[in-house]
Amino acid sequence: MQLLQIIISGIAQGCIYGLIALGFVLIYKATETVNFAQGELMMLGAFCGLALMTVLGFPFWLAVLSAIAAMALFGIGLERVVIRPILGQPAFSVVMLTIGIGYVTRGLITMIPTIGTETHTLPVPYKDQAWTVGALVLNVEQMVVIAATALLSALLYAMFRFTKLGIAMQASSQNQLAAYYMGIPVKRLNGLVWGLAAAVAAVAGLLLAPITFVHANMGFIGLKAFPAAVVGGFGSLPGAIVGGLVIGLVEALAGFYLPEGFKDIAAYVVVLVMLVVRPNGLFGEKLRKKV
Amino acid sequence: MRFIFKTRYEQDIRLAKHGGQVFWYSVLMAVMLLAPWIVSEYWLAQVTFILIYAVVGLGLMLLSGFTGQFSLGHAAFLGVGAYTQAALTNAGVPFPLALVAAAGISALVGVIVGLPALRLKGIYLGIATLAFGFIVEEVFARWESVTGGNAGKHVKDPSLFGWTVESGEPFYYLCLVITVLATLAILNLLRSPTGRAFVAIRDSEISAQSMGIHLARFKTMSFAISAALAGVGGALYAHKLKFISPDQFGVLQSIDLILMIVIGGLGSVHGAFLGAIFLITMPQAIALAKDYLPDAIALAPGLQGVVYGSVLIAFVLFEPLGLYGRWLKFRTWFQLFPFYRRGMFKRQKSFQKSERLK
Repeated sequence: MQLLQIIISGIAQGCIYGLIALGFVLIYKATETVNFAQGELMMLGAFCGLALMTVLGFPFWLAVLSAIAAMALFGIGLERVVIRPILGQPAFSVVMLTIGIGYVTRGLITMIPTIGTETHTLPVPYKDQAWTVGALVLNVEQMVVIAATALLSALLYAMFRFTKLGIAMQASSQNQLAAYYMGIPVKRLNGLVWGLAAAVAAVAGLLLAPITFVHANMGFIGLKAFPAAVVGGFGSLPGAIVGGLVIGLVEALAGFYLPEGFKDIAAYVVVLVMLVVRPNGLFGEKLRKKV
Repeated sequence: MRFIFKTRYEQDIRLAKHGGQVFWYSVLMAVMLLAPWIVSEYWLAQVTFILIYAVVGLGLMLLSGFTGQFSLGHAAFLGVGAYTQAALTNAGVPFPLALVAAAGISALVGVIVGLPALRLKGIYLGIATLAFGFIVEEVFARWESVTGGNAGKHVKDPSLFGWTVESGEPFYYLCLVITVLATLAILNLLRSPTGRAFVAIRDSEISAQSMGIHLARFKTMSFAISAALAGVGGALYAHKLKFISPDQFGVLQSIDLILMIVIGGLGSVHGAFLGAIFLITMPQAIALAKDYLPDAIALAPGLQGVVYGSVLIAFVLFEPLGLYGRWLKFRTWFQLFPFYRRGMFKRQKSFQKSERLK
């Protein structure tokens, strides 16, 4: 029973990693660059929800929806202002740029007087509730994380599979120039992808907030989502979620069975092994580079 | 305007291209030698830090700037060097031996990291080195018999042939000598076939390979040399701070190092030094500016991050060649006056094609 308990909490944690990894993968697929500020976007989303609920007094659902919408707009704006000017430069430049964005966001949050430097709890209606199923105690917060992740994955799958927008995004992710010739507005699409990634980050932030706390450094969890993205194969959306689950489970089990200290590095050991054994990840396409 | 008439092939690989360089670098050397009499003790310590970071920066520049391999875990090599030096010095090993051991063990770790890295490119390599950095940091924290764990470890002053090098001026000279040696070594390496091979790998792996460059060997070598220099830097860092703990060698330090060489200017030896100057003087400048800022901003713990981040963003957007690139433009403007064109350093833009589906 205890094992099952650990597995469930591992899955919940893994869903969070998976959601952040989803943001990495979305941006990587569309623009071939990696957004190192994804964790900070998540932190910003959580703070946004917090501000809407406590300062403006929005009801829970309205606050969640408006926080996600606000972050999506923020993502689009971010792409327009700083990412688009260096479109077409080496991927390394964009990586440095997003590291810079991460530094600035984290710093700016701490500059908000009294709010920025404290840790807060997000007042959610399902706080500290638990369901008892037999001998199993299910934490509602964790259940909500798992359910929301499943729902979001289904929505994204449907979007990429059935809508014109999603197919255009897939096309532009495979070959920007060819997509451009086909009349797809690649630049605008990149903006939308950034918006989508920021919205996913906001969802992750709002889901993580009740489990941990809202504070300026919560974005560092993004560094654990990299292994998730790599394990799943960096270019695969379902891979990101599966990778997140793998990392979450390994971490939870390592924390239980292995000596202290292994829990923190389990994710990185897994990713190193993965990179040596299968550099393309679980779901990555096996492709050869031609001259 | 200066015209260099080339009459011999050796002129192309000469370290000093013309008399002006000889003169200005001699002046710089003289100023560095006289620095203890020119600047106060506090600023001498800062200059020492600049020299130490420049050595580490040279290593990272060789790897990222010249070989094109992206390392997000360089602080781990710094840490390996620092802990080796600390353990050996505290056991009574003389400084030169300990330094060689620090460099050697770091290089060995570099090779170990380099081996899986051979199959990886770009962002995957970045993540592999990042993961490695985290693991090494955890090892520092847990291997308490050697590293002292999270409580940290004290480091004795270095001893050189029975003479203890005290901190302050003697240590400054020690750092200066090592920095000059490291710089000369890198400059020589870069004009040798090995260095040319590194640059060829950076520009195109496929064409390098078809020119007969053994990719695996040269990439591993680049990792080893880079790690060795980081190890030397780490050893000096340990002596300078006299106290080391695992959190000094975490991911933030790695990002600081990357930030340093990007702001300095990727792909230039000057860039490592300019970046080190930026990294060390910026906190001082921020501390000075704090008096003029409103409290909410001045007292925020994230102020330094905001400044670093905005400077980084500004450099990537407006000056991708870094501080050294700015200086090059400035110099070219004067050299070519009045013929400087705006488009001279313009980067070519390209549509991105996926590396996954080629």
